[in-house]
Amino acid sequence: MFTELLRRELLLAWRRPGEALTPLMFFLVTSMLFPLGLSPSPDLLRPLAPGIIWVIAFLAGMLGLQGLFRADHEDGTLEQLLLTPRPLTLVILAKALGHWLVTGLPIVFGAALVADMLFMPARGIAALVAGLALGTPLLTLLGTLVAALTVTLRQAAVLAPVLILPLATPVLIFGAHSTTLVMNGQPAGQAFAALAALLILGISLLPAAAALALRISHES
Amino acid sequence: MFTWFHKLGSPPLLYRLATRVSPWFMALTLILIVAGLVGGLVLAPPDYQQGDGFRIIYVHVPSAILSLMVFALMAGASAVGLIWRLRMAHAVTIAAAPIGAAFTFLALVTGSLWGKPMWGTYWVWDARLTSELVLLFLYFGAIAIIRAFSDQRTGDRAGAVFVLVGAVDLPIIHYSVQWWATLHQGATLKLSGSNMPTSMLWPLLTMMAAFTCYFIWLLVLRLRAEILRREWRASWVERLSAE
Repeated sequence: MFTELLRRELLLAWRRPGEALTPLMFFLVTSMLFPLGLSPSPDLLRPLAPGIIWVIAFLAGMLGLQGLFRADHEDGTLEQLLLTPRPLTLVILAKALGHWLVTGLPIVFGAALVADMLFMPARGIAALVAGLALGTPLLTLLGTLVAALTVTLRQAAVLAPVLILPLATPVLIFGAHSTTLVMNGQPAGQAFAALAALLILGISLLPAAAALALRISHES
Repeated sequence: MFTWFHKLGSPPLLYRLATRVSPWFMALTLILIVAGLVGGLVLAPPDYQQGDGFRIIYVHVPSAILSLMVFALMAGASAVGLIWRLRMAHAVTIAAAPIGAAFTFLALVTGSLWGKPMWGTYWVWDARLTSELVLLFLYFGAIAIIRAFSDQRTGDRAGAVFVLVGAVDLPIIHYSVQWWATLHQGATLKLSGSNMPTSMLWPLLTMMAAFTCYFIWLLVLRLRAEILRREWRASWVERLSAE
């Protein structure tokens, strides 16, 4: 059933390419704003680039959040998924993986392009891509939890960023820090290890928490 | 043996307990705060490096410790509420949340005021300050989500999940000064002992106890209000308001 759900997610995203590509478009367009708004000088942009890219990747991920459960909630599919005898955790994992493949993975590759335009050295770009490959799934999982908590609320779009920001801050800090360390030639093993540890913790615990949250929001 | 535990889940019983306990904690708070402030502001000698400026420690450190303890209490109460389905546990969580947020804010502000003369800056983005600020946002998020639902039970349980996930931040704050070389100083108090001279240490411990009693006093006051807010249609509340 996992593969069926995953295929369904990818098929739905394929049929609505505009919706699926919005986070990536937002990511690319917003990154353009920084050289325009700050200064086109490489010396100014290079040290700031990791932080800028990580923050925009985070914001782009937040953009796609509501789309995770919204469509299924509106046509009743979500309640049907809650009724299946299969573990809800696997359902959530499939949805999260599908969502990441469509929104997060393009950002990981788009970041390489943006990093080059922000004058990051090749070493830094490699570290950035590796860090984002670890960090974006974690952000998607956290977003899945927050979306599950707020799916039945009318004001979800206002509340969700407030909820996800404090949970995602460690990811942002470790991620941007790891890239900056590699760019400055310092050992970054600890930061990457912390990021990987958080990802493993997230994969094992967050889908179950999101499943609980989904059941809770549908209780009444 | 667990009957006392489940008895606490009864709203009228918890309300009566809170009413009876509150004057004791008020008295304890007043005594301990006076003792702590006299000890800290008057009796303790000035620091050889910082002079009299160090005395803000007697507000800063207890606030910071309470900010962490209250969130830990909220996480415990959330777990109890989810596992045993005790609605009163969720009432404790939401009653404690604004108090914890206030302590966090106080810790950040007093730290900032202390930082200006000592480090030359009001703020620095080091590990401890940043994770404490994140804790403040966690408090706000918890309050927001618990109050966002029209059905209080759903809000309680959704908030409980959020608080439990957010509790992961607590070890990060506590150990941040060990894991990263930060501007914020390391641990002054450890279980094995402390470097502080006794004349400075006892007022600090007294203020920590005072703030804890203050928190419990405020908690039982807010808990009574929260219980009434939730149980206003119950017959015991009608009888209470008729008295």
